Amino acid sequence: MNEIRSLSRDQRVALVGRPNCGKTALFNALTGSRQKVANYPGVTVERKEGALATPAGRQVKLLDLPGTYSLRARSPDEVVTRDAVLGRLAGETPPDLFVCVGDATNLRLCLRLVLEIKRTGQPMVFALNMFDIARHRGMSIDVARLEAELGVPVVTSVAVRRGGTAALLAKVDEALAAPHTPHAAEGWSEPDAAGVRRLQKEADRILRAAVQHPEAPDTVTARLDKVLLHPVAGLAILLAVLFLMFQAVFTWAAPVMELIKGGFDALGLWVGTLLPEGLLLSFIQNGLIAGVGSVLVFLPQILVLFLFILLLEDFGYMSRAAFLMDKIMGGAGLHGRAFIPLLSSFACAIPGIMSTRVIDSRRDRLATILVAPLMTCSARIPVYTLIIGAFIPDRSVGGVFSLQGLVMFGLYTAGIASALGVSFLLKKFVFQGAPPEPFMLELPDYKRPDARNVLMGLYQRGLIFLKRAGTTILAMMCVIWVLASVPRPPEGATQPAIEYSLAAKIGHAMEPIIAPIGFNWQIGVALIPGMAAREVAVASLGTVYAIENAEEEPAELGSALAGKWSIATALALLAWYVFAPQCASTLVVVRRETGSLGWMWFLFGYMLALAYAAAFVTYQGAVLLGLG
Amino acid sequence: MSISTDWLLPPGAAAMTIKRSAPADLGAAPLGFRGRIRAVNPIAGSLPPEELERRLVELGFVEGAMVELLHQGLFGADPIAVRVDGVTIALRRREAAAVLVEAAD
Ligand SMILES: Nc1nc2c(ncn2[C@@H]2O[C@H](COP(=O)(O)OP(=O)(O)OP(=O)(O)O)[C@@H](O)[C@H]2O)c(=O)[nH]1
Ligand SMILES: [Mg+2]
Repeated sequence: MNEIRSLSRDQRVALVGRPNCGKTALFNALTGSRQKVANYPGVTVERKEGALATPAGRQVKLLDLPGTYSLRARSPDEVVTRDAVLGRLAGETPPDLFVCVGDATNLRLCLRLVLEIKRTGQPMVFALNMFDIARHRGMSIDVARLEAELGVPVVTSVAVRRGGTAALLAKVDEALAAPHTPHAAEGWSEPDAAGVRRLQKEADRILRAAVQHPEAPDTVTARLDKVLLHPVAGLAILLAVLFLMFQAVFTWAAPVMELIKGGFDALGLWVGTLLPEGLLLSFIQNGLIAGVGSVLVFLPQILVLFLFILLLEDFGYMSRAAFLMDKIMGGAGLHGRAFIPLLSSFACAIPGIMSTRVIDSRRDRLATILVAPLMTCSARIPVYTLIIGAFIPDRSVGGVFSLQGLVMFGLYTAGIASALGVSFLLKKFVFQGAPPEPFMLELPDYKRPDARNVLMGLYQRGLIFLKRAGTTILAMMCVIWVLASVPRPPEGATQPAIEYSLAAKIGHAMEPIIAPIGFNWQIGVALIPGMAAREVAVASLGTVYAIENAEEEPAELGSALAGKWSIATALALLAWYVFAPQCASTLVVVRRETGSLGWMWFLFGYMLALAYAAAFVTYQGAVLLGLG
Repeated sequence: MSISTDWLLPPGAAAMTIKRSAPADLGAAPLGFRGRIRAVNPIAGSLPPEELERRLVELGFVEGAMVELLHQGLFGADPIAVRVDGVTIALRRREAAAVLVEAAD
């Protein structure tokens, strides 16, 4: 009877465990999902759901949760996990079963959590994950003894190997077969320090009874850390890695970019031979190919950047970087843990802002959110590359570094420096008086990056970029093309057609504001749709100049710009983009994560003010130096 | 001529390397220190003592655990990376001062 009832609905199973023990890797293996997996604590910050069918034919809804060391829930991500375990998640029936995941190579802190969850009275299975590594290191774990001591079913698993979850699935089936009505935990209360200590001592006792450590423990991590965490060499290596990353973005991607660019040029010419002169041809050539195409060219650069970030994440370097940077971040009033969100913001500010959920102090979390958009995200790459490519000579410095790569590195440095500066000021004037929060972070063992995981990450990021090009950027391009094409010039017009268009009217109206920072009306027009996403500005310039130069040979955007702008204008635009709040989705996420419209506008306002000031100083300074 | 690296250590620690006596707390321990935790005894600081104690215990700083100070930062020898019974934890000396240790030899 019970069996029938429980089969008639989807059963719910939740994965819990301490950070970085492989919950999400298991989740992906079991459900075929592609959630983010990486080798540092605090990757998953919200609940994710997936479906699977067990060998016995049960339909199961699987829940992946943020990792936590205890049920006390100190930060927003841990609140989700606590509420799930206690069956308090709003609008959800409590799970039928908890799979408590533990890192078999490092059971000490896992066991305490198992004991803590067991006390809530929720049904559970304990999975000893990463069993492959434990075996490789020659650890011997007495599973039967663990089972007896803990009083819960224990099973081993390997999340990253095919078939590594079969035993776990069988155990889940077994556990779900038992009649059970899901319920919220009762009588749980937050343990005090003495309570936590008692549990840890109990965990240590069980560990001694059931686990034998090998004579020679993992030495690879220890040896690597001797160099990578060395006070001087470690910092030098961190700097070198970042430097290499930006040089690579500039130099490695170049050949592929040339190919794509050539492809689009050929496409434009080919379309020109197919279609008659007219509006449709102009739309395809100037709106689609010159506009959207000018953004797609940057895909290789973005992939190179992500390749670096994914490799660092999977290798286990992120926590080390946070360790090395703690003092510097702390000096600027930031939490040491803020470094990981800020480094993620090199890819995109949105995941960066999301990952601040692991920061326990609200004040520190807010400060990190407010400066994350200053880090140079991948959407700025097209803008920077376009302008650098057009205005900075392509020569080498000292025979090794490319000058263009150095300028790119300088722009990234400017972003980092401004983030530190702003957080220093925030701490001084906005969040006064609060004592510095402690920095405590686990440094996981290094792992060889998993090729499949890295390729999957690259594929996903590439797809997101292409989707944006196909949606936001495409839509904006249609708008820009229309604005730049209507109304048509009157008969006998003497100026280029675009001078009569709506776009020109809007741009000229903006001139009084943007002239002091050296922007012409074309840039002004590009800035408005650029609010949707930064790359749109490049696409808009592509379209505007393509229409303007319609009479001439289709020139590449970079060389068109080089002929029309002064160096002062180009430098001012670079300075503008270091700071400008040109991304609507970031603002939306800031509003959601801070829970306040006020902070969103604060962010928008201060970034806009900084952008204008920086562009003004740069332009006027450059003009004084005779670059106007 | 050998170059002294004592300036990398916090004031108390430099003296300790010379005397080789057992340091009272982990916050003042020199690089390479190995020992056993005697007590976790938080003093009021950035967090209420009870909260700091719980966080330390949750990361494995419990009486009897073996600790080894593996790495330290460049500026003021802070933060430090400590191996606690098989887990490596990064923390600042300020919080590590709550962990009382005795040297093991
Ligand atoms: N060798 C091996 N590596 C694993 C296994 N499971 C996970 N990993 C690796 O361990 C790291 C952490 O995995 P995640 O799945 O992100 O860990 P998590 O528990 O979801 O972490 P949080 O979301 O931060 O709580 C990744 O580098 C994985 O590739 C396993 O069974 N064997
Ligand atoms: Mg996860």
